Amino acid sequence: MEPVVHLRATVALLGRFPALAGIDLDVVRGEIVLLRGPNGAGKTTLLRVLAGLIPPVRGEAVVLGHRLPDEARAVRRRVGLLGADGALFEDLTAADNVTFWGRACRAGEADITAALDLVGLGGRLRDIRVSKLSTGQRRRASLACLLARRPELWLLDEPHAGLDNEARDLLDGLLHQAVDQGATVVLSSHELDRAEALSDRVVTLVAGTTTRSSVPPSESEGSRTPERTGVSHVA
Amino acid sequence: MWRDAALVAGRDLRVEARSRVTLHQVAPFALLVLVLFAFALDPARQVLERATPGLYWVTVLFSALLAVARSAALDESGGVRDALRLSALEPAGVFAGKALAVAAELLALEVLLGAGVIVLYGAEPAGVGLLLATCLAATVAVAATGTLYGALVSGLRVRETLLPLLLLPVLAPVLIGATRAFEAALAGVPADGWPWCGLLAVFAILYSVAGAAAYGTLLEGS
Repeated sequence: MEPVVHLRATVALLGRFPALAGIDLDVVRGEIVLLRGPNGAGKTTLLRVLAGLIPPVRGEAVVLGHRLPDEARAVRRRVGLLGADGALFEDLTAADNVTFWGRACRAGEADITAALDLVGLGGRLRDIRVSKLSTGQRRRASLACLLARRPELWLLDEPHAGLDNEARDLLDGLLHQAVDQGATVVLSSHELDRAEALSDRVVTLVAGTTTRSSVPPSESEGSRTPERTGVSHVA
Repeated sequence: MWRDAALVAGRDLRVEARSRVTLHQVAPFALLVLVLFAFALDPARQVLERATPGLYWVTVLFSALLAVARSAALDESGGVRDALRLSALEPAGVFAGKALAVAAELLALEVLLGAGVIVLYGAEPAGVGLLLATCLAATVAVAATGTLYGALVSGLRVRETLLPLLLLPVLAPVLIGATRAFEAALAGVPADGWPWCGLLAVFAILYSVAGAAAYGTLLEGS
């Protein structure tokens, strides 16, 4: 199994506060890993460390074969982060936004158009300003920005928030499709039932440390696709 | 780098075109400042005519503060900043693109204000070559410096008030140089104005290079 994430005793600071106080985590290619934990446990910080946005100050951190923080730029080119904030410009249309971020990540026109179509913004909605879109439609536009860049490691912070059931099914389908094409997913979510059903493995964070790693119930009951059961890798 | 600059400039200008903030707020503000100067100095018409170059450039600088603040605010949210850092865009290209977009808006404003000083102050254009070269050099200088300082204060809670406090003193040489060059052009002695125009060009180059070099660090730090 090709390692995508390898963290050992990783410490990261937010200001002077140790938001991550010694994380151990291994993720292999093709896995979907759910980060679970109470507010302030360090889930978002961990995702930002994996994206190369927050430098770890102690411990070992290797993502996609690049050591952090020294090779953060190389990591950033290969990951995609869907944060809670979104990165959309309110006065531009959904298509303008996806085109800008797609081109900013050197995506081709075909990838940009395909991304809009995949999230259901390929028709009339593509030319509507983001400020006039619903929360769910904005989330879809953000997802299209991520899809266009075709990341190897998807980092998703509360990806189901603000989505209706149809959009959640769409998101889960897209993640499975990405994994089938060789991508790896690490996500955080408070919507545990859906997120656990999606994941190969659940990692619990408390106060900036990983407390345990387990196979979600649905996985252990054999409800998941056979090719992904058993890939769970305990850190 | 220039491809990235074109992409970012296109985005910023498209946002301005769609939001129409420059058209509906910055341009009326600039004209209002000209009108207020005219009200204040109209009884002494000769003073108004003599002060036209200085009043013109003070108005440009005030308007530039609004344009720069708008430009910086576009990339202010946490999500956009993160996305920029995760993108393949060269920081120098982002800086150049943002500065180009601000410069394009300022040039449009300067044309409008030029018409304003002709109508309101009775200014008679002369030395057009020097006027145009001065506008170009001063605009690039203001846009590059403004974009750099906009990124510097980005993320700070007091950025709205801090930006003019930091930026206006730094732009004082631009105000002086552009005013002197305009005075020489309007007085019909352009030869006296070209050295000032040269000074503006040096200032523009220095801040463009400094901005392109520092923007990546500022993007990481803020």
